[in-house]
Amino acid sequence: MTEQATVNPSNPVKKRSQLKAIWFRYRKNKLAMFGLALFLSLVLVAASSGLFLDYDTQVIEQRMRERLQPPSSEHWFGTDQYGRDVFARVVWGTRISLFVGVFTVTIALTVGTLFGALAGYYGGTVDNVLMRIMDIFLAMPGTILAVAIVGALGPGLVNVLLAMAIARIPQFARIVRSAIISIRGQEFIEAAKACGTRDGRIIMRHILPNAIGPIVVQVTLHMATTILGVAGLSFIGLGIEAPTPEWGSMLSEAKEWMRYHPYLMVFPGVAIILSVLSLNLIGDGLRDALDPRMKN
Amino acid sequence: MLRYVVKRLLLMIPVIVGISFILFVIMDLTPGDPARSLLGEYARQEDVDALREEWGLNDPFAVRYGRYLASAIRGDFGKSYRTNIPVVQEIISRYPATMKVATLAILFAMAIGIPVGIISAVKQYSLVDFGSMATALLFTSVPPFWLGLMLILIFSLMLRLLPSVGTDSWKSFIMPAAALAAAQMATMTRMTRSTMLEVIRQDYIRTAKAKGASQRYVVLKHALRNALLPVVTVVGIGFGNLLGGSLIIENVFGISGLGTLMVNAVKSKDSPMLIASVMFAALVGGLVNLAVDVLYTYIDPRVRSQYVKG
Repeated sequence: MTEQATVNPSNPVKKRSQLKAIWFRYRKNKLAMFGLALFLSLVLVAASSGLFLDYDTQVIEQRMRERLQPPSSEHWFGTDQYGRDVFARVVWGTRISLFVGVFTVTIALTVGTLFGALAGYYGGTVDNVLMRIMDIFLAMPGTILAVAIVGALGPGLVNVLLAMAIARIPQFARIVRSAIISIRGQEFIEAAKACGTRDGRIIMRHILPNAIGPIVVQVTLHMATTILGVAGLSFIGLGIEAPTPEWGSMLSEAKEWMRYHPYLMVFPGVAIILSVLSLNLIGDGLRDALDPRMKN
Repeated sequence: MLRYVVKRLLLMIPVIVGISFILFVIMDLTPGDPARSLLGEYARQEDVDALREEWGLNDPFAVRYGRYLASAIRGDFGKSYRTNIPVVQEIISRYPATMKVATLAILFAMAIGIPVGIISAVKQYSLVDFGSMATALLFTSVPPFWLGLMLILIFSLMLRLLPSVGTDSWKSFIMPAAALAAAQMATMTRMTRSTMLEVIRQDYIRTAKAKGASQRYVVLKHALRNALLPVVTVVGIGFGNLLGGSLIIENVFGISGLGTLMVNAVKSKDSPMLIASVMFAALVGGLVNLAVDVLYTYIDPRVRSQYVKG
């Protein structure tokens, strides 16, 4: 009894020091820090783009007399076939793409965690039924599943993102489930049960915080693949539609002009690469920081 | 071993049936009438109704799904609503293009990814290692379709070396395969490097070196064989995904493979076509996974002994 009393108050302190240790290891990884800096600057660009760019007059308004100009001091990235400033569109596209990543992953994570937690914690029939359903979803090519769901929901930004989220739920469910199974049998869970703690509280308070590591890594990596995926869908005309300055749909429009105006292809492409790269670097860095044994 | 393979094959059946059910539901929720879209906007209502009756679209969901399953068990997956050709025939005629691209892509990825990974591990922290890791990182972040467009720009429009669309000659498959290979290559390089690094530190490698075996022999004979296992998994998963067809790359290069077939099926609400092609893709993916697991038992005696015991 006395021992428990001494352990308990020290708990929050220990938690903080663990986070500190992770941050300490993360900070030493130069590539990961570069990724974080890159990501934060993209967030800054996305947040501030509304301040100095007006969506209606600078991002989507067509000025045919200024069409297809190569990059210059006036139009840093040139203008597209409707005379729109490519720089303004690429900058505004940061908003769209970051929103795409965050929104999709948040939904997939929430629902996936719920399924994964139920399956992992209760095991048995619940686990079997839920995971077999997840297996069915995992066996289908993700992109075509998303395309089919978009067909059912109808076009539009939110529907595309919902479709992408649904297609990603099984992957999160699987990760959360395996993380929970590895914790479920440990003694402190047994102790919590013995104290009469409700299942929901055990999952939320005791299991998930301890399983957070691999989940966070997957969140960053999935944000990267989601941004890639939505850009791809928009590129073939099944995702976010023009005139929204989504990088993939910008590339789709630029494709027609690439022979004589290749700069139209370069900037949105580089923007995609930078955002995906930053998230991949953060994900890799977090993985190494969370589990130093895995690092080579 | 045989029992294991049969069991795995049997386990695929519920997955395939589940896919058909889920897609049946999704397509049922999708607005639009396939009969109307085949006959056109200005077709007579009577004709549309007659076609709906012929396809049995007016029956309740359970009846339609039950009928679909019953004929699917007999090997009849229906005819495409759009072309009126049996869907199986359509898939068979479209699949070679997808298979060629996928095979070429995985060969590209292996031919470059694995050796580069080995060199990176052996010369850890060298310039080569740094360069190849940076390239791998870049390749995991590049959208394949953008890479494809850049290849078209360089090799078709500027240098005029390769055709930009179609599947007329073997040359047509080089660029789509390269575009798809990049990401796989990156994963393989990183995987090979990290498993090689793990193996190189083992005692038996030091022993082999101490015996005076050449560096080349130690790396290729002692280290690589043990490091290759996780790489085989990566190759298998990648190949399984590629064989499912890439809608986007097929779109970029105008290849009418499995991916294009699926997208068109969704667009025209062609349920029989969509369900059959997705089931096919899942089946191929499942078989490749199974093949990898069986291959494991040949590469790794430790895994083999488990089966002998069990």
